[in-house]
Amino acid sequence: MSFSNPTRRGLIKTGAVASAGLALPTYLRADGHSGFTNAPTGSTVTLGFNVPQTGPYAEEGLDELRAQELAVQHLNGEGDGGMMNTFSSKALKGNGILGKKVEFVTGDTQTKSDAARASAKAMIEKDGAVMINGGSSSGVAVAVQGLCQEAGVIFMAGLTHSNDTTGKDKKANGFRHFFNGYMSAAALAPVLKNAYGSDRKAYHLTADYTWGWTQQESIAAATEAMGWETVNNVLTPLASTDFSSYIAPVLNSGADVLVLNHYGGNMVNSLTNAVQFGLLDKEVNGKKFEIVVPLYSELMAAGAGANVQGVIGSMNWNWQLQDEGSKAFVKSFGEKYGRPPSNSAHTCYVQTLLYADAVERAGTFNPCGVVEALEDFEFDGLGNGPVLYRGDDHQCFKDVLVMKGKENPTNEYDTLEIVEVTPRAQVEYAPDHPMFAGGELGSCNPGA
Amino acid sequence: MDAIILQFLNGLDKGSAYALIALGLTLIFGTLGVVNFAHGALFMIGAFCSVTVQRILTLSSESLSATEKDFLGNPLKIKTPYVENWFGPEVGAALIDWSVPLAIVFAIPVMLLVGFIMERGLIKHFYKRPHADQILVTFGLAIVLQEVIKYFYGANPLPTPAPSVFVGSFDFGPLLGLDTSLAYPYWRLVYFAFSAAIIGAVFAFLQFTTFGMVVRAGMADRETVGLLGIDIDRRFTIMFGIAAAVAGLAGVMYAPINSPNYHMGMDFLVLSFVVVVVGGMGSLPGAVLAGFMLGILESLASMNEIKNILPGIDQIIIYVVAIIILLTRPRGLMGRKGVMEE
Repeated sequence: MSFSNPTRRGLIKTGAVASAGLALPTYLRADGHSGFTNAPTGSTVTLGFNVPQTGPYAEEGLDELRAQELAVQHLNGEGDGGMMNTFSSKALKGNGILGKKVEFVTGDTQTKSDAARASAKAMIEKDGAVMINGGSSSGVAVAVQGLCQEAGVIFMAGLTHSNDTTGKDKKANGFRHFFNGYMSAAALAPVLKNAYGSDRKAYHLTADYTWGWTQQESIAAATEAMGWETVNNVLTPLASTDFSSYIAPVLNSGADVLVLNHYGGNMVNSLTNAVQFGLLDKEVNGKKFEIVVPLYSELMAAGAGANVQGVIGSMNWNWQLQDEGSKAFVKSFGEKYGRPPSNSAHTCYVQTLLYADAVERAGTFNPCGVVEALEDFEFDGLGNGPVLYRGDDHQCFKDVLVMKGKENPTNEYDTLEIVEVTPRAQVEYAPDHPMFAGGELGSCNPGA
Repeated sequence: MDAIILQFLNGLDKGSAYALIALGLTLIFGTLGVVNFAHGALFMIGAFCSVTVQRILTLSSESLSATEKDFLGNPLKIKTPYVENWFGPEVGAALIDWSVPLAIVFAIPVMLLVGFIMERGLIKHFYKRPHADQILVTFGLAIVLQEVIKYFYGANPLPTPAPSVFVGSFDFGPLLGLDTSLAYPYWRLVYFAFSAAIIGAVFAFLQFTTFGMVVRAGMADRETVGLLGIDIDRRFTIMFGIAAAVAGLAGVMYAPINSPNYHMGMDFLVLSFVVVVVGGMGSLPGAVLAGFMLGILESLASMNEIKNILPGIDQIIIYVVAIIILLTRPRGLMGRKGVMEE
């Protein structure tokens, strides 16, 4: 066969090779990288925002998207700059990232691991996204984090609270700004002791999946350490809608506290059912019966309505914080969208800025450079006081908020109030803590 | 003992919802021969009728507060419901408080209309098509209805409280001579009583009215009734509307039990179909009996004492019982010969 005398067989072979090449994901093609996945070659860089746009957490996903869109505007020099003005790092100039205008594509996680992986994969392979940000579930976060590690892009997890995300399932390419079950428990325990005393009997209802298990393990350990007794822990299926069958046995169990290790729709329904059964009106063991919701979100608290009143829980961030960073973000977000941001919106906004800042400081989009820039990075001005992105497990450490359902809300966004801002030192733990055992961070994967 | 009584009450309550939805499904199947997978969506629309009435009653005029600020530091908008302006604060507040029971009046015409539009606009074109086609088209319709509701009301659950007089629980303990407390929520007791009344009304309507008699005759022998000069199709269309209203009313009163959300219909749909099959396809008493029976079994199976012996049994009990019943009585508890049989 010669080039000057093509044969039919040769043409077919060449065509097959060319087709296979074209069918490869962009990050595996020679023209698609400069030593790492989806290296931006033009005047723009694409970020991938993977959030639930359908399904039960669609409202939460919508708020995450709003925040990410706002972050992109601020990165490109539009709007008032928001938290870029208060961020202690001054690497960001409002001219995009490394001079490239920031664009974004979105994916729908549907709060399903397989759908989330598929949408992240599509954004990486078809749209050339150089990082993936967002999400509202620990199951989704763990699944997408694994995919990003394989693909060689940075993953900034959204609302994920399971210890496992930066515990046994941690990955070098993944970072989490959100707090976790252990940190919630560490923040809540002293407040619960002050509010309800150290002689309490707790009954746990726990969502039967990774987040529920680690949340229950954390809060049970923290409350037992201060003298509480765990009477029972009942696992409830994630698909449950009516919790009356699980609430009824609490009434005569001898417990005087009910801990609802539930989130989202589960939390709304279990808390509503518990209040319907009159638990908060009961007196057991000579004490007023209490309910604890370890993880709150403003959007879900609104769903539970008046039932959250007086119920203690924890949050990663809240729009009522009065530090300069939080005020700047609330002003930017509020003026653009006419509502205060949720704590998942804050996480996604901050993570977008932090990724961009890390790229600027590293001087490259190469994920390994970004990982190096983010590991052990300490900063301030993005809410919750001084913050550390720990290099050992890529978990963020900052102050944690203990919240309580407000007795007399003035509007639909005014459902929770800050009881205490727990200092970062109180919620820190060793990287080899048993609750985070197993799994290896591994080394960063630049892909390509 | 007290735990068993509580779970029995829970079962009656769950069974009420299952029975009402299954009753509507059976009415539609028995009259029109259609397997309606959109029936759960009708239950959901009913719940959103409660939300809608609550929103209508809380439509408010706005004034700016002289002292309080909103989250951006602007003067806080103080909302005063129009009903409080029109009828005075006490009557207005009472109307808002009773929005869920008032929603029954709103829901009946709305659900009849929704049922009529569904039947005339879409489902009638599938009467002579295989059941698989009917399931596909009604399931698709359910998804469309879900998305429409989500578009207007969002994806989050929306709190829709019961009237304040029904907040709290009734203690059966002293009544039954027990030493321990046996509290059960007032509103769940109201829901059970309401469901029983609706079920009774449907049976009375079919049993004691001329219209009902014709419908029952049509269910037994449609062709002969038609030959007598009766427009049976029109009556069956009306029955579709009534079945939609039954599902809708079940949803209206369910709203305070669990905050309505756009996918709540799907949560009930599969279980309700199991109820219909266990009760016997086309059998109205069978649907009601199976609804309560499976609701009670499901609740009893979720007792800790039983779950400690058989972990996870609460999740599968309904299906296990369904398998056993269908193996021993293939037509279900009260199924008739010839229904869905070639």
